[in-house]
Amino acid sequence: MAAEKIGANFKRNMFTENQVLRAILGICSSLAVTNTMKNSLVMGLGVAFVTGLSSLTLSAMRNVIPHRVRMLVQTLVIAAYVIFVDLLLQAYMPDISKQLGPYVGLIITNCIIMGRAEAYAQSNPPIPAMWDGFFAGLGYTMILMIISLIREVLGFGTVFGFNVNFVGFETWTIMIMPPAAFFIIGSMIWFISARAAKKAARQAK
Amino acid sequence: MAPNISPLIIFIASIFTSNMILNNFLGMCSYLSVSTEYKTATGLGMAVTLVLVLTTAINWPIYTYLIVPSNLFYLQYIIFIMVIAATVQILEMGMDRYTPDLHAKLGIFLPLITVNCAILGVILFMVIRNYSFVQALLFSFGSGLGWWLAINMLAAIREKLATTKLPPGVKGPALAFIVTGIMAMAFIGFSGIFTIQ
Repeated sequence: MAAEKIGANFKRNMFTENQVLRAILGICSSLAVTNTMKNSLVMGLGVAFVTGLSSLTLSAMRNVIPHRVRMLVQTLVIAAYVIFVDLLLQAYMPDISKQLGPYVGLIITNCIIMGRAEAYAQSNPPIPAMWDGFFAGLGYTMILMIISLIREVLGFGTVFGFNVNFVGFETWTIMIMPPAAFFIIGSMIWFISARAAKKAARQAK
Repeated sequence: MAPNISPLIIFIASIFTSNMILNNFLGMCSYLSVSTEYKTATGLGMAVTLVLVLTTAINWPIYTYLIVPSNLFYLQYIIFIMVIAATVQILEMGMDRYTPDLHAKLGIFLPLITVNCAILGVILFMVIRNYSFVQALLFSFGSGLGWWLAINMLAAIREKLATTKLPPGVKGPALAFIVTGIMAMAFIGFSGIFTIQ
């Protein structure tokens, strides 16, 4: 299998095949932590880190893992890196660690990581697999940041905790509550797939 | 120490006011992909509830009598996930052997459940909130029922929507999210009754 160029891989994971919007993976955590931008950034980078390193490790071990137990091995490797991230957060950012609560541990069950391990790391050498995982994590971070930007500006009138509410509009309480997250991600997926459908129709002509 | 809340209140609150999907966004992946048919959704809901109660019943003693006394907190994620995977595996084998009917109905969902965030999520909530055994059991049972309720509601709505004319692009996950958003708004109405965090 010919190795994909790093740049092409970046573009694919960030835009054309974004894991959240196109493959609908990793939804649990992408919605729960998006009420403030700071939480989303930390969470996104944590996921990118775990995805990159677990893809690297699993790809390096791909020839020695028996096929039948590979799910188990994947879960163990992912869990080990998540523990690493969790301890790091507890030590250096205790506030954020508290706010994220169980969602740091839930990175283990984030389907993006398992998805990249299965779809890419399984059949590619370690270094490209690491970039693939890392970029998939960055694509996820980008979506998280967009959702949290909308929610934080409209819900609290702030960006990263700084006040941007200059005109003094009434903040929307609904934006910091769960339904807003569903509406925003639903509309984003709608927009993206409508555009993809239009593009496909134009090419078919 | 366990918080001083009646287990019954935790039970009702975990179904309505802090619903696993509509409030905590847990278990979204399978919630979206297995909700196109009412019958399958019911099967998955039942399986999730069963596994939730079982894994909580096993993980609570492991946490309290093994992890806490020997200070193994850094290993807790690995232990929890292994227990979940093992429970699901044993449950599947047992069902296959003793209740083939039930296995035919729920069997295909069981492997999916290992990576369902709701299972690990409930256990992590239980640990963070320091629930006692009875509280944890009712919390997991209520969370399972809440999850089941939500997936059944979505599946019922999606079955009706399948026959309607829709604008391009909205069909599939996008519409499921918007419907879930409306459901979540309706569930906010319950939030005055009880609150557990």
